Amino acid sequence: MADQSHPGTPLQPGQAAPDFSLPATPDQHLSLSEMRGAPVILAFYPADWSPVCGDELALFNEVLPEFHRFGARLVGISTDGVWCHAAFAGERKLHFPLLADFEPKGEVARRYGVYRPQEGIAERALFVIDSEGVIRWSYVSPLGLNPGADGILDALDDMTARAHNTGAAA
Amino acid sequence: MTRSIPPVGADDHILGPDDAAVTLVEYGDYECPYCGEAYPVLKAVQQAMGRQLRFVFRNFPLVDAHPHARRAAQFAEAASQAGVFWAAHDMLFENQDALDDESLLVYGERLGIGRALLLAAFEGRYDDKLRHDFIGGVRGGVNGTPCLFVDGVRYDGPRDIDALVDILRQAARRSA
Repeated sequence: MADQSHPGTPLQPGQAAPDFSLPATPDQHLSLSEMRGAPVILAFYPADWSPVCGDELALFNEVLPEFHRFGARLVGISTDGVWCHAAFAGERKLHFPLLADFEPKGEVARRYGVYRPQEGIAERALFVIDSEGVIRWSYVSPLGLNPGADGILDALDDMTARAHNTGAAA
Repeated sequence: MTRSIPPVGADDHILGPDDAAVTLVEYGDYECPYCGEAYPVLKAVQQAMGRQLRFVFRNFPLVDAHPHARRAAQFAEAASQAGVFWAAHDMLFENQDALDDESLLVYGERLGIGRALLLAAFEGRYDDKLRHDFIGGVRGGVNGTPCLFVDGVRYDGPRDIDALVDILRQAARRSA
Protein backbone atom coordinates (compact mmCIF):
# COMPACT_ATOMS: atom_id res chain seq x y z
CA MET A 1 0.00 0.00 0.00
CA ALA A 2 1.17 3.49 -0.76
CA ASP A 3 1.27 6.40 1.61
CA GLN A 4 -1.81 6.39 3.81
CA SER A 5 -0.70 9.08 6.20
CA HIS A 6 -3.22 11.53 4.79
CA PRO A 7 -6.31 9.53 3.98
CA GLY A 8 -9.01 11.72 2.49
CA THR A 9 -6.61 14.29 1.03
CA PRO A 10 -6.66 14.08 -2.75
CA LEU A 11 -3.24 13.75 -4.31
CA GLN A 12 -2.03 17.05 -5.70
CA PRO A 13 -0.25 18.24 -8.84
CA GLY A 14 3.45 17.42 -8.77
CA GLN A 15 2.96 14.15 -6.89
CA ALA A 16 3.72 10.84 -8.53
CA ALA A 17 0.57 8.97 -9.49
CA PRO A 18 0.52 5.68 -7.56
CA ASP A 19 0.57 2.72 -9.88
CA PHE A 20 -2.30 0.24 -9.79
CA SER A 21 -3.62 -2.70 -11.68
CA LEU A 22 -7.38 -3.19 -11.78
CA PRO A 23 -9.77 -5.41 -13.71
CA ALA A 24 -11.11 -3.76 -16.85
CA THR A 25 -13.09 -6.82 -17.91
CA PRO A 26 -13.74 -10.18 -16.25
CA ASP A 27 -10.45 -11.50 -17.65
CA GLN A 28 -8.27 -8.43 -18.28
CA HIS A 29 -6.40 -6.08 -16.00
CA LEU A 30 -5.21 -2.60 -16.87
CA SER A 31 -2.36 -0.95 -14.99
CA LEU A 32 -1.37 2.68 -14.88
CA SER A 33 2.25 1.80 -15.69
CA GLU A 34 1.29 0.16 -18.96
CA MET A 35 -0.31 3.44 -20.07
CA ARG A 36 2.94 5.33 -19.34
CA GLY A 37 4.19 7.41 -22.27
CA ALA A 38 0.93 9.25 -22.89
CA PRO A 39 -1.27 11.44 -20.70
CA VAL A 40 -3.87 9.57 -18.67
CA ILE A 41 -7.14 10.94 -17.32
CA LEU A 42 -8.45 9.11 -14.26
CA ALA A 43 -12.13 9.77 -13.62
CA PHE A 44 -13.17 8.41 -10.22
CA TYR A 45 -16.93 8.38 -9.79
CA PRO A 46 -19.34 7.15 -7.13
CA ALA A 47 -21.35 4.51 -8.96
CA ASP A 48 -22.46 3.04 -12.25
CA TRP A 49 -26.10 3.85 -13.02
CA SER A 50 -26.40 6.83 -10.70
CA PRO A 51 -27.90 9.79 -12.59
CA VAL A 52 -25.03 12.29 -12.35
CA CYS A 53 -22.37 9.65 -13.04
CA GLY A 54 -24.23 8.54 -16.14
CA ASP A 55 -24.35 12.13 -17.40
CA GLU A 56 -20.71 12.74 -16.57
CA LEU A 57 -19.49 9.62 -18.34
CA ALA A 58 -21.82 10.24 -21.31
CA LEU A 59 -20.26 13.68 -21.65
CA PHE A 60 -16.71 12.32 -21.42
CA ASN A 61 -17.67 9.71 -23.99
CA GLU A 62 -18.55 12.47 -26.45
CA VAL A 63 -15.44 14.48 -25.64
CA LEU A 64 -13.23 11.42 -26.14
CA PRO A 65 -12.05 12.45 -29.65
CA GLU A 66 -10.88 15.73 -28.13
CA PHE A 67 -8.92 13.88 -25.40
CA HIS A 68 -7.42 11.69 -28.11
CA ARG A 69 -6.16 14.76 -29.96
CA PHE A 70 -3.82 15.20 -27.00
CA GLY A 71 -2.93 11.53 -27.16
CA ALA A 72 -4.60 11.14 -23.77
CA ARG A 73 -6.33 8.01 -22.51
CA LEU A 74 -9.38 8.14 -20.29
CA VAL A 75 -10.31 5.53 -17.72
CA GLY A 76 -13.24 5.55 -15.33
CA ILE A 77 -12.86 4.03 -11.85
CA SER A 78 -15.53 3.14 -9.33
CA THR A 79 -16.01 0.52 -6.63
CA ASP A 80 -18.51 -1.39 -8.79
CA GLY A 81 -17.58 -4.88 -9.95
CA VAL A 82 -16.58 -5.88 -13.49
CA TRP A 83 -19.96 -7.32 -14.47
CA CYS A 84 -21.73 -4.20 -13.35
CA HIS A 85 -19.23 -2.12 -15.35
CA ALA A 86 -19.72 -4.34 -18.39
CA ALA A 87 -23.50 -3.91 -18.29
CA PHE A 88 -23.25 -0.16 -17.71
CA ALA A 89 -20.63 0.45 -20.40
CA GLY A 90 -22.60 -1.66 -22.87
CA GLU A 91 -25.89 0.07 -22.22
CA ARG A 92 -24.35 3.56 -22.40
CA LYS A 93 -22.05 2.69 -25.33
CA LEU A 94 -18.98 3.96 -23.50
CA HIS A 95 -15.81 3.85 -25.58
CA PHE A 96 -13.32 3.88 -22.72
CA PRO A 97 -12.51 1.32 -20.01
CA LEU A 98 -14.17 1.28 -16.60
CA LEU A 99 -11.95 -0.19 -13.91
CA ALA A 100 -13.29 -2.09 -10.93
CA ASP A 101 -11.82 -0.85 -7.65
CA PHE A 102 -13.77 -3.64 -6.06
CA GLU A 103 -11.39 -5.86 -4.11
CA PRO A 104 -9.84 -4.78 -1.82
CA LYS A 105 -12.70 -2.33 -1.97
CA GLY A 106 -11.76 1.20 -2.92
CA GLU A 107 -8.05 0.63 -2.40
CA VAL A 108 -7.00 2.68 -5.42
CA ALA A 109 -9.41 5.47 -4.52
CA ARG A 110 -7.89 5.47 -1.02
CA ARG A 111 -4.39 5.75 -2.42
CA TYR A 112 -5.46 8.78 -4.45
CA GLY A 113 -7.15 10.24 -1.37
CA VAL A 114 -10.63 10.15 -2.84
CA TYR A 115 -12.41 7.34 -0.98
CA ARG A 116 -15.53 7.91 1.10
CA PRO A 117 -15.39 5.09 3.65
CA GLN A 118 -18.82 5.77 5.11
CA GLU A 119 -20.57 5.22 1.81
CA GLY A 120 -18.01 2.82 0.38
CA ILE A 121 -17.69 4.82 -2.84
CA ALA A 122 -15.15 7.00 -4.59
CA GLU A 123 -15.46 10.76 -4.73
CA ARG A 124 -16.27 12.37 -8.05
CA ALA A 125 -12.63 13.17 -8.72
CA LEU A 126 -10.47 13.82 -11.75
CA PHE A 127 -6.73 13.38 -12.15
CA VAL A 128 -4.73 14.30 -15.22
CA ILE A 129 -1.42 12.44 -15.25
CA ASP A 130 1.41 13.27 -17.64
CA SER A 131 3.33 10.81 -19.76
CA GLU A 132 5.94 10.45 -17.00
CA GLY A 133 3.36 9.39 -14.44
CA VAL A 134 3.20 12.69 -12.54
CA ILE A 135 -0.13 14.21 -11.54
CA ARG A 136 -0.55 17.55 -13.32
CA TRP A 137 -4.07 18.45 -12.26
CA SER A 138 -6.65 17.11 -9.85
CA TYR A 139 -10.13 18.15 -8.98
CA VAL A 140 -12.77 16.85 -6.59
CA SER A 141 -16.28 17.84 -7.53
CA PRO A 142 -19.28 17.94 -5.20
CA LEU A 143 -20.84 14.44 -5.41
CA GLY A 144 -24.02 15.64 -7.08
CA LEU A 145 -22.39 17.96 -9.60
CA ASN A 146 -21.11 16.91 -12.98
CA PRO A 147 -17.64 18.54 -13.26
CA GLY A 148 -17.73 18.81 -17.05
CA ALA A 149 -14.62 18.37 -19.18
CA ASP A 150 -13.29 21.92 -19.37
CA GLY A 151 -10.84 21.47 -16.49
CA ILE A 152 -9.39 18.34 -18.08
CA LEU A 153 -8.94 20.05 -21.45
CA ASP A 154 -7.30 23.07 -19.81
CA ALA A 155 -4.90 20.76 -17.98
CA LEU A 156 -4.05 18.97 -21.24
CA ASP A 157 -3.51 22.37 -22.91
CA ASP A 158 -1.14 23.41 -20.12
CA MET A 159 0.80 20.17 -20.37
CA THR A 160 1.16 20.56 -24.13
CA ALA A 161 2.28 24.19 -23.77
CA ARG A 162 4.80 23.22 -21.12
CA ALA A 163 6.17 20.40 -23.28
CA HIS A 164 6.60 22.86 -26.16
CA ASN A 165 8.36 25.40 -23.94
CA THR A 166 10.70 22.78 -22.57
CA GLY A 167 11.36 21.63 -26.09
CA ALA A 168 12.11 25.18 -27.21
CA ALA A 169 14.42 25.82 -24.26
CA ALA A 170 16.39 22.61 -24.83
CA MET B 1 -14.46 26.90 -12.61
CA THR B 2 -15.83 30.04 -14.17
CA ARG B 3 -15.01 30.45 -17.80
CA SER B 4 -16.99 31.36 -20.80
CA ILE B 5 -18.53 30.06 -23.92
CA PRO B 6 -17.76 31.56 -27.35
CA PRO B 7 -19.46 34.93 -27.94
CA VAL B 8 -22.68 34.99 -29.93
CA GLY B 9 -21.77 35.09 -33.60
CA ALA B 10 -23.15 35.21 -37.11
CA ASP B 11 -23.56 31.43 -37.37
CA ASP B 12 -25.63 31.21 -34.20
CA HIS B 13 -29.37 30.63 -34.08
CA ILE B 14 -30.73 33.76 -32.48
CA LEU B 15 -34.19 34.91 -31.41
CA GLY B 16 -34.55 38.46 -30.18
CA PRO B 17 -32.81 41.76 -30.79
CA ASP B 18 -29.03 42.12 -30.97
CA ASP B 19 -29.17 44.92 -28.43
CA ALA B 20 -31.33 42.99 -25.95
CA ALA B 21 -30.53 43.68 -22.31
CA VAL B 22 -29.72 40.04 -21.59
CA THR B 23 -28.66 36.98 -23.58
CA LEU B 24 -29.66 33.43 -22.70
CA VAL B 25 -27.76 30.66 -24.46
CA GLU B 26 -29.04 27.09 -24.32
CA TYR B 27 -26.81 24.15 -25.16
CA GLY B 28 -29.25 21.42 -26.00
CA ASP B 29 -29.87 17.99 -27.48
CA TYR B 30 -33.14 17.44 -29.35
CA GLU B 31 -33.52 13.93 -27.97
CA CYS B 32 -32.63 14.77 -24.38
CA PRO B 33 -35.71 14.45 -22.15
CA TYR B 34 -34.53 17.27 -19.86
CA CYS B 35 -34.22 19.57 -22.86
CA GLY B 36 -37.72 18.50 -23.82
CA GLU B 37 -38.89 19.45 -20.34
CA ALA B 38 -37.13 22.80 -20.59
CA TYR B 39 -38.55 23.59 -24.02
CA PRO B 40 -42.00 24.92 -22.98
CA VAL B 41 -40.42 26.63 -19.97
CA LEU B 42 -37.97 28.51 -22.16
CA LYS B 43 -40.79 29.47 -24.52
CA ALA B 44 -42.73 30.96 -21.62
CA VAL B 45 -39.59 32.71 -20.40
CA GLN B 46 -39.04 34.27 -23.82
CA GLN B 47 -42.64 35.39 -23.87
CA ALA B 48 -42.34 36.96 -20.44
CA MET B 49 -39.08 38.73 -21.26
CA GLY B 50 -40.14 40.04 -24.66
CA ARG B 51 -37.63 42.28 -26.42
CA GLN B 52 -35.42 42.39 -23.36
CA LEU B 53 -34.15 38.89 -24.15
CA ARG B 54 -31.96 37.48 -26.87
CA PHE B 55 -32.20 33.67 -26.93
CA VAL B 56 -29.57 31.50 -28.60
CA PHE B 57 -29.68 27.76 -29.21
CA ARG B 58 -26.48 25.77 -29.70
CA ASN B 59 -26.12 22.09 -30.48
CA PHE B 60 -24.86 19.74 -27.82
CA PRO B 61 -25.95 16.30 -29.02
CA LEU B 62 -24.91 13.36 -26.84
CA VAL B 63 -24.99 10.93 -29.71
CA ASP B 64 -24.10 7.75 -27.86
CA ALA B 65 -26.73 8.36 -25.22
CA HIS B 66 -29.35 9.49 -27.74
CA PRO B 67 -29.32 7.59 -31.02
CA HIS B 68 -31.30 10.21 -32.98
CA ALA B 69 -29.64 13.29 -31.55
CA ARG B 70 -27.09 13.75 -34.31
CA ARG B 71 -29.64 13.39 -37.10
CA ALA B 72 -31.98 15.78 -35.36
CA ALA B 73 -29.22 18.37 -35.05
CA GLN B 74 -28.28 17.88 -38.70
CA PHE B 75 -31.94 18.35 -39.56
CA ALA B 76 -32.08 21.63 -37.65
CA GLU B 77 -28.98 22.93 -39.42
CA ALA B 78 -30.47 22.08 -42.80
CA ALA B 79 -33.62 23.89 -41.68
CA SER B 80 -31.48 26.89 -40.82
CA GLN B 81 -30.08 26.87 -44.33
CA ALA B 82 -33.66 26.79 -45.60
CA GLY B 83 -34.57 29.70 -43.33
CA VAL B 84 -36.84 27.74 -40.99
CA PHE B 85 -34.56 26.93 -38.07
CA TRP B 86 -36.92 27.86 -35.25
CA ALA B 87 -39.87 26.04 -36.78
CA ALA B 88 -37.65 22.97 -37.01
CA HIS B 89 -36.33 23.45 -33.47
CA ASP B 90 -39.91 23.56 -32.16
CA MET B 91 -41.03 20.63 -34.26
CA LEU B 92 -38.17 18.47 -32.98
CA PHE B 93 -38.85 19.27 -29.35
CA GLU B 94 -42.56 18.72 -29.84
CA ASN B 95 -41.94 15.32 -31.40
CA GLN B 96 -39.12 13.95 -29.27
CA ASP B 97 -40.58 10.46 -29.41
CA ALA B 98 -40.41 10.34 -33.22
CA LEU B 99 -36.99 11.46 -34.41
CA ASP B 100 -36.15 8.55 -36.70
CA ASP B 101 -34.97 9.31 -40.24
CA GLU B 102 -38.34 8.64 -41.77
CA SER B 103 -40.08 11.05 -39.42
CA LEU B 104 -37.42 13.69 -40.04
CA LEU B 105 -38.00 13.43 -43.78
CA VAL B 106 -41.71 13.96 -43.20
CA TYR B 107 -41.01 17.01 -41.01
CA GLY B 108 -38.67 18.28 -43.69
CA GLU B 109 -41.42 18.09 -46.25
CA ARG B 110 -43.82 19.81 -43.91
CA LEU B 111 -41.36 22.66 -43.38
CA GLY B 112 -40.42 22.87 -47.03
CA ILE B 113 -36.80 21.84 -46.54
CA GLY B 114 -35.56 20.39 -49.81
CA ARG B 115 -34.95 16.66 -49.67
CA ALA B 116 -31.50 17.04 -51.26
CA LEU B 117 -30.51 19.58 -48.62
CA LEU B 118 -31.72 17.29 -45.87
CA LEU B 119 -29.83 14.30 -47.25
CA ALA B 120 -26.67 16.41 -47.59
CA ALA B 121 -27.07 17.36 -43.93
CA PHE B 122 -27.42 13.66 -43.03
CA GLU B 123 -24.25 13.02 -45.02
CA GLY B 124 -22.43 15.47 -42.77
CA ARG B 125 -22.58 18.86 -44.49
CA TYR B 126 -23.05 20.65 -41.15
CA ASP B 127 -21.07 18.32 -38.90
CA ASP B 128 -18.21 20.82 -38.54
CA LYS B 129 -20.65 23.40 -37.22
CA LEU B 130 -22.14 20.83 -34.84
CA ARG B 131 -18.69 19.91 -33.58
CA HIS B 132 -17.80 23.57 -33.24
CA ASP B 133 -20.88 24.20 -31.10
CA PHE B 134 -20.11 21.13 -29.03
CA ILE B 135 -16.44 21.90 -28.37
CA GLY B 136 -17.17 25.55 -27.61
CA GLY B 137 -19.67 24.32 -25.06
CA VAL B 138 -17.35 21.76 -23.50
CA ARG B 139 -14.59 24.35 -23.23
CA GLY B 140 -17.03 26.80 -21.70
CA GLY B 141 -18.09 24.35 -19.00
CA VAL B 142 -21.20 22.68 -20.42
CA ASN B 143 -21.64 19.65 -18.17
CA GLY B 144 -24.90 18.19 -19.41
CA THR B 145 -28.04 19.18 -21.24
CA PRO B 146 -29.76 21.48 -21.20
CA CYS B 147 -27.04 23.84 -20.07
CA LEU B 148 -27.96 27.50 -19.78
CA PHE B 149 -25.70 30.55 -19.82
CA VAL B 150 -26.88 34.00 -18.81
CA ASP B 151 -24.70 36.64 -20.42
CA GLY B 152 -22.01 34.01 -20.84
CA VAL B 153 -22.06 32.70 -17.26
CA ARG B 154 -23.30 29.18 -16.58
CA TYR B 155 -26.58 29.07 -14.72
CA ASP B 156 -26.95 26.07 -12.40
CA GLY B 157 -30.09 27.17 -10.55
CA PRO B 158 -33.66 25.89 -10.80
CA ARG B 159 -35.16 25.77 -14.27
CA ASP B 160 -38.71 26.88 -13.64
CA ILE B 161 -40.27 29.89 -15.34
CA ASP B 162 -40.30 32.16 -12.29
CA ALA B 163 -36.72 31.47 -11.30
CA LEU B 164 -35.44 31.99 -14.83
CA VAL B 165 -37.41 35.18 -15.44
CA ASP B 166 -36.20 36.44 -12.10
CA ILE B 167 -32.50 35.97 -12.82
CA LEU B 168 -32.84 37.23 -16.39
CA ARG B 169 -34.56 40.40 -15.15
CA GLN B 170 -31.78 40.87 -12.62
CA ALA B 171 -29.20 40.50 -15.37
CA ALA B 172 -31.14 42.90 -17.60
CA ARG B 173 -31.22 45.48 -14.80
CA ARG B 174 -27.48 45.13 -14.29
CA SER B 175 -26.82 45.89 -17.95
CA ALA B 176 -29.28 48.82 -18.04
